Amino acid sequence: MTDGNEAVDLSVDLPGLPMKNPIMPASGCFAFGQEFAELYDLDVLGAIAIKAATREPRFGNPTPRVAETAAGMLNAIGLQNPGVEHIMKEELRWLEHYQTPVLANIAGSTVDDYLFVAEQLSLDPRVGALELNISCPNVKEGGIAFGTVPDVAAELTGKVKAVSHLPVYVKLSPNVSDIVEMAQAVEHAGADGLSMVNTLLGMRMDLKTLTPILANKMGGLSGAAIKPVAIRMIYEVSQAVSIPIIGMGGIQSVDDCIEFLLAGASAVAIGTANFTDPWVCPNLIQALPQRLKAMHVTHIQELVGRSWKAWVTQ
Amino acid sequence: MMQAERMRIVSHKVLAQNIYEMTLEGELVQHMSDPGQFVHLRVDEHGDTLLRRPISLADYDKEMRQCTLIYRAEGQGTAKLAAKRSGEGVDVLGPLGNGFPIPQDLAGEQALVIGGGVGVPPLYNLSKQLQACGAIVTHVLGFASADVAFYEDRFKQLGATYVATVDGSQGKQGFVTDILSERAIAADRVYACGPLPMLRALEERYVGSTIPLYISLEQRMACGIGACMACVCHLQEDPTGLRYKKICRDGPVFKAGEVVLT
Repeated sequence: MTDGNEAVDLSVDLPGLPMKNPIMPASGCFAFGQEFAELYDLDVLGAIAIKAATREPRFGNPTPRVAETAAGMLNAIGLQNPGVEHIMKEELRWLEHYQTPVLANIAGSTVDDYLFVAEQLSLDPRVGALELNISCPNVKEGGIAFGTVPDVAAELTGKVKAVSHLPVYVKLSPNVSDIVEMAQAVEHAGADGLSMVNTLLGMRMDLKTLTPILANKMGGLSGAAIKPVAIRMIYEVSQAVSIPIIGMGGIQSVDDCIEFLLAGASAVAIGTANFTDPWVCPNLIQALPQRLKAMHVTHIQELVGRSWKAWVTQ
Repeated sequence: MMQAERMRIVSHKVLAQNIYEMTLEGELVQHMSDPGQFVHLRVDEHGDTLLRRPISLADYDKEMRQCTLIYRAEGQGTAKLAAKRSGEGVDVLGPLGNGFPIPQDLAGEQALVIGGGVGVPPLYNLSKQLQACGAIVTHVLGFASADVAFYEDRFKQLGATYVATVDGSQGKQGFVTDILSERAIAADRVYACGPLPMLRALEERYVGSTIPLYISLEQRMACGIGACMACVCHLQEDPTGLRYKKICRDGPVFKAGEVVLT
């Protein structure tokens, strides 16, 4: 605690991701950064989570792929990406213009797919850590068990750890009956961190056509609407595991970031808010120190889990 | 170059049933380069509508620092937009996308401009610019009914204008394609914006002919800047099925035959 005159230390040292501030864009909401690099210097970011890589290129789902909902949106992009080989040859080479650590998201529909992509990305010096996307709700072919069955998630985590020297974060789905059980299963299997939460599965109907708005019918709900769910899950999980959590789910303000830290996240990722305001990440990073000073916080890490920790003050 | 700006509403009025015309003023207008570009409006800064709304430019005037948007208030977002008053500010991102290509010198050339419903607005500034480049412009516009028709008089000032309505309450009863079949309208180039069935019919008519057709597409989108991958479309003649264009960034205007209409 401070009298308010000292600088605020925003840095967070997560496995594989030495972050100068706790804010990163969330995977899937930032592509590979090029569009945002036209608007601001990506090196202001704490880290960059790039769009999911799969073994083969994917076109993704038919359109419409997005629909608005109250305080949120549904998406069913379907992991469109140019494939891991292209990502390593082009996107990650382009990211060498920046120093900000990269969290590389991996998706697949079989264990072999995940292992192949993990092995490849682990060879890339630009990647600081891997994020296992075991929770994308928009891909039909068999991937769902990875995100919903603890033993299956744990087995995948262990196998990825065995083929990669990089720290592995597992991105958890909120579409489970017991998220603590999932978190503990992947922690025991060797996960170095958790990202949570991915989107909540949802639907909307079109009153003109009398059919679902999304071509994929169902999609992932994101945005402010899911923020209380994410905070509750981080609050529960952070007390049950000892690995760090990257928190996400509807964050759009500095106060939202702080709520996630209080719940138990060590860093935060900004997703849907990038679509409303493409400058949201640098704006939050700029506004954070002043807010923390007003709260008499010197080190941002003081806030992590503060809502439940037996905290020794002064 | 895209900018973000709080633009001021200088006029906002009802043109037809649920059809609004909004004129905005600001520096962002200086960056507008082609008819067919769009702006991305935040309709609700403190409420529960998160996504911006993409709306095409009906007209813009750099000297006046003003641009005009015409939109249909249909869903939750555009209803919120419709409630805004003159003098209020609107958070605008833009200009976005690539508009209709207009060659410098069109002296004596025949340009045919075809629009349907709320696809008509971007054609207004297009027609102005075509005319300024020397083209003789003919318009064929389609609406559901007279209640929702707009700008016929404005288009008439720029060139011959034929209107069709589905119920026959204004102009010819039927579709724009009925007018095209009935009248042999000379065209060296064709520009269109409107519903997919209309664009498909025009593709059938012009793709493969010597007459170039440019079409403007729309799709539900989130970011508008090419990052979210919501508004992609397949390329024609792509056996891999993997190649794509983003409507927000590569379009919304494409040469007909380049992308698959879905």
